[in-house]
Amino acid sequence: MTEVKTPEVATEDAAGQEPVTVIQTPISVEYRFTAGVASSKFLRNVAQGKLVGQRCPRCHKVYVPPRGSCPTCGVPTQEEVELSNRGTVTTFCVVNVPFSAHVIEMPYVAATILLDGADIGFQHLVQEIPAAEVRVGLRVEAVWKDPAEWGPTMESIKHFRPSGEPDAILPQAG
Amino acid sequence: MRDVAVVAFAQSPSVRREQYRNEVEMLMPVVGEALQAAGMTMDDIGFTCSGSSDFLAGAPFSFVSALDAIGPWPPIQESHVEMDGAWALYEAWVRLQHGDIDAALVYGFGKSSVGPITELLALQLDPYVVGPLWPDSVSLAALQARLLLENGITETDMASVAVQSRRAAKGNPNAQLSGDFEVDALLAEPYFVAPLRKHDCPPVSDAAAAVVLAAGEKARQAARRPAWIAGIDHRIEAHSLGARDLAHSPSTVLAAEGAGAFDGPVEVAELHAPFSHQQLLLKEALRLDDAVDINPSGGALAANPVMAAGLVRIGEAAARVMDGGAQRVLAHATSGPCLQQNLVCVMEAR
Repeated sequence: MTEVKTPEVATEDAAGQEPVTVIQTPISVEYRFTAGVASSKFLRNVAQGKLVGQRCPRCHKVYVPPRGSCPTCGVPTQEEVELSNRGTVTTFCVVNVPFSAHVIEMPYVAATILLDGADIGFQHLVQEIPAAEVRVGLRVEAVWKDPAEWGPTMESIKHFRPSGEPDAILPQAG
Repeated sequence: MRDVAVVAFAQSPSVRREQYRNEVEMLMPVVGEALQAAGMTMDDIGFTCSGSSDFLAGAPFSFVSALDAIGPWPPIQESHVEMDGAWALYEAWVRLQHGDIDAALVYGFGKSSVGPITELLALQLDPYVVGPLWPDSVSLAALQARLLLENGITETDMASVAVQSRRAAKGNPNAQLSGDFEVDALLAEPYFVAPLRKHDCPPVSDAAAAVVLAAGEKARQAARRPAWIAGIDHRIEAHSLGARDLAHSPSTVLAAEGAGAFDGPVEVAELHAPFSHQQLLLKEALRLDDAVDINPSGGALAANPVMAAGLVRIGEAAARVMDGGAQRVLAHATSGPCLQQNLVCVMEAR
């Protein structure tokens, strides 16, 4: 039988030197982002102070922001639906940790808001109410920036605030 | 082995820049067209597999958002490879061998135009000692071309590949570069990265492609003349360029042997050769003689949507079987610098 020897693998530097633990390899790549046809339309509408979703031709759900397709049916969405500035908080969290990108006072509330007429919620801030008083079912309305500051960005909306309506009763999850 | 066939293929036209549509919007009509051609809906599909790259899209988990294009509800069995869609097709073929499902959807998509594609491809290299030098993909291919020129091919041979590609692409509405060119006129052009001229290099392309695979009776129902996969195999070479013989493609030879490519003649070969000299190298490795119709679509020199171009080769070759134009065909896909990894798929009518 042939004897098979396992080659020896070095487990430490023979000269007893420190291992190399850090190298620097800076990487920077610039991309030209393509928002897409549907997102571009949505963002252009936001720049006009309007929230416009799209309805799925198959399941009839209204998506906002629309992405040009129904993510459950996998079909293109084209019919545009202008949505209300008002909606309902469907879930929320109270943020006590400062993230560098934010210039908001602590704590603040990040919420999922279901706009009236839409079937999926989207995320935005809820302000002008103490964080401890925010609740699921709270009716809110968009507070837009001054029209001169509108642009193709969700930051055209400063935040959402209580609309003063009675709380909505949401269908049970699941 | 279970009999599995390509039963449908669709692609978006390769363009220099999809300025308006994002990946999902580019992919959705293609998937719809492939499913429709197979007479299927997502309810028929037991497994979905895609090939794409987040580096290319410049967005994390871009392959997950691409699922919006197919409607994963109720939740589906899905997988993804950070590779050309040809390797997604390989995974789907393996999955179909399990025997519990009869059809699979495969797609690949890429917008090469959104980032600096030739530099971006340097990120697939050894990140410690090679990547930081940012050797771009054209320069690496030029190293290989120089070696081949030393070994006997000529710049005229290379220009002839480009002329042939662009002429063939005249018949392909999805190709990006097509037309009648003269070898002498191309050789009069200046070098781009010597010894490569622009015609030796692929265009920057945005496109998506989709293939439906089906097994046994399901395949016979889905297509009048399915392109049965007689064999498919893929092999990879060492990561270090210096450790490889760049003048030959041993991984292609082994993959071809594994796929049974040498067991009989093929009439059509779709080769994924992004650079002209690579087509000459592959032709030799695959032992294709002049009777073989090589790249009737124009190949990757006519349209090179990164992450989809290999899958397009399989789709184009399969289409030649499905349309009755050929009996036995070969498709090849590549990945990595200088043909590092190669896949060979042999398909036939039965």
